[in-house]
Amino acid sequence: MLRFALRQIGRFALLMVLVSMATFALVSAAPIDPLQANVGQAALLGMSEEKRAALASYWGAGTPPLERYLNWAGALLQGDLGMSLRYNAPVADVIASRAANTLALMAVAWAVSGVLGFALGVLAGVRQGSWADRLVRGYCFVLASMPTFWVGLVLLVVLGVGLGWFPIGFSAPIGTLSADVTFADALRHMALPALTLSLVGVANIALHTRAKTVDVMASSYVRFARARGESEAAIVRRHVLRNVALPFTTLQFAQIAEIFGGSVLVEEVFSYPGLGQAAVTAGLGGDVALLAGIALCSAALVFGGNLVANLLYGAIDPRMRANARSVRKASVGSVRGARKEARHG
Amino acid sequence: MAEPMAGGAVAGADGAHGAGGHAAGSHGAEGAPVLATPRLGRLGSRKRTLAAVLGAAALLAAVIGAGLALGPAASTADFAAKSLPPSAAHPFGTDWLGRDMLARTLAGLSTSLLVGLLAAAASSVVAVALGAAAALGGKRADYVVSLLTDLMMGIPHIVLLLLISFALGKGFWGVAVGIALTHWPSLARVMRAEILQVREAPYVAAARKLGAGPWAVLRRHMLPHLLPQFAVGLVLLFPHAILHEAAVTFLGFGLSPEAPAIGIILSESMAYLSAGLWWLAVFPGLALVAMVMLFDVVGTGLRRLVDPARAQD
Repeated sequence: MLRFALRQIGRFALLMVLVSMATFALVSAAPIDPLQANVGQAALLGMSEEKRAALASYWGAGTPPLERYLNWAGALLQGDLGMSLRYNAPVADVIASRAANTLALMAVAWAVSGVLGFALGVLAGVRQGSWADRLVRGYCFVLASMPTFWVGLVLLVVLGVGLGWFPIGFSAPIGTLSADVTFADALRHMALPALTLSLVGVANIALHTRAKTVDVMASSYVRFARARGESEAAIVRRHVLRNVALPFTTLQFAQIAEIFGGSVLVEEVFSYPGLGQAAVTAGLGGDVALLAGIALCSAALVFGGNLVANLLYGAIDPRMRANARSVRKASVGSVRGARKEARHG
Repeated sequence: MAEPMAGGAVAGADGAHGAGGHAAGSHGAEGAPVLATPRLGRLGSRKRTLAAVLGAAALLAAVIGAGLALGPAASTADFAAKSLPPSAAHPFGTDWLGRDMLARTLAGLSTSLLVGLLAAAASSVVAVALGAAAALGGKRADYVVSLLTDLMMGIPHIVLLLLISFALGKGFWGVAVGIALTHWPSLARVMRAEILQVREAPYVAAARKLGAGPWAVLRRHMLPHLLPQFAVGLVLLFPHAILHEAAVTFLGFGLSPEAPAIGIILSESMAYLSAGLWWLAVFPGLALVAMVMLFDVVGTGLRRLVDPARAQD
């Protein structure tokens, strides 16, 4: 188990290094000069001449790319993500101030889509071919064809503008001081974005959970359980839930990437001040350091999720705790396959 | 029910005059009750699937044609008819410049579709190259490809698309290259598995033993197996590509605001939604959803046609 965990953490570190390289290569390949693009911004206006020159050589073409990367990565390891030119603050501060909004939104959507998706998927799989199954499959098919941001727009039009149940944007009522924002206000402003993300997220989880449940229901051990006279409820509890739990864990943690991507779109639709909105602002405004910082954060979140999932397998599946290495290897391989399947199925 | 009864009676009569062996009737064993007979006039599953695929493909082609033809109409402003709700003259309504939303939607769909087609096709080429490299290039190549895949999946799709588009200075190339570079993993995995499987297949081994050269094996035994899988994977890439194109354009990183694209239409509509112009967002989006579903119908239908194991799905 320890070796397994260490290997997973090593892979995590390797992937983070690769991501930082790729991110850096992409943002510095841009034909946009971060200084030119932000000429009118407060961050540059209040900057001394030599500081501007230092910034130009930090991002500019004067320094060889490898050296620039090493400078950037070295600072990164010390926790310095650079300065955001758009927000005139250290990138780490911008991310920290917005991460709470995004993480709250993602956590709600992640939990709701996970629980609902699992329940609907198991229901549809156990009652394969019934009207409930057809309903769930229809819902998944339709929702999977819908762009997340359009679902957000429709909810905005219907529930926000039409019925007036929810505020149509931002994370707090306009004109209130941040100290005066109540918890209820924050919840009301988060409701529509979270609902959008959950509705879209359910489709993926439910569809894959259903497929796995159908497999389990067709297995010989379920047939044997039936022959022994076990009730439907007992079969679901003893066989289906236990066997679906593992692929579901994979799926649920892989879902983090989808939900983060969705939150970028949803935050843009609802003007919700989170990381996604900051990423879009940074990208459109040529704020290189902030864009790279947010990309790294999102990657860390995704890889972290996968890492947790991999470490959880041992806790969930007793077969993986057994010391037989071959068994462990085989099941980890199949789990990894399932994960990729889930992401791109 | 009348027909099986009649059939049974005929068979019974056959049996009665002792011509048991030849089973002249088309209704099975003599005297046995017929449990199920196919309904007359029911189209076979394959034929129905084929019809659905052809119909959906024709609809998609019609959308492209109509979009291209309506391009000029989509951008003519008519200030006498601005912000009209849907009516018989303007089924999708008009926008704040009096442009007909149906024409704009069709033009936008055809743009999105063409960009999606191009990007998905490029992505499938990447997928085949990497899939083949992973399958045939030995252990090290396999590891590199799997690392690349993990890397691709590690950064959320939208964020990666933003980064690539940013690197290329946004615009058409930003979104097209972004989609081409990010959508290959699923198809690459399928191609890798298929190539590995075909390479070990007994008929390939037999062909080799019979003296067929590598090219002949590839052309006669491998490609016929791989091409349909490739075609299906390619078609199933389109929906993802189109949705992501719309999303990236919506965020302002894709096609330029002058281009008639669904993402542009939807992001422009945001400024007017709180004023009650709901049709600006609802109908173009619905049209996009319908198109994505049509592609899905074509893709899954094709898979049923080329993959007998999944024909009954």
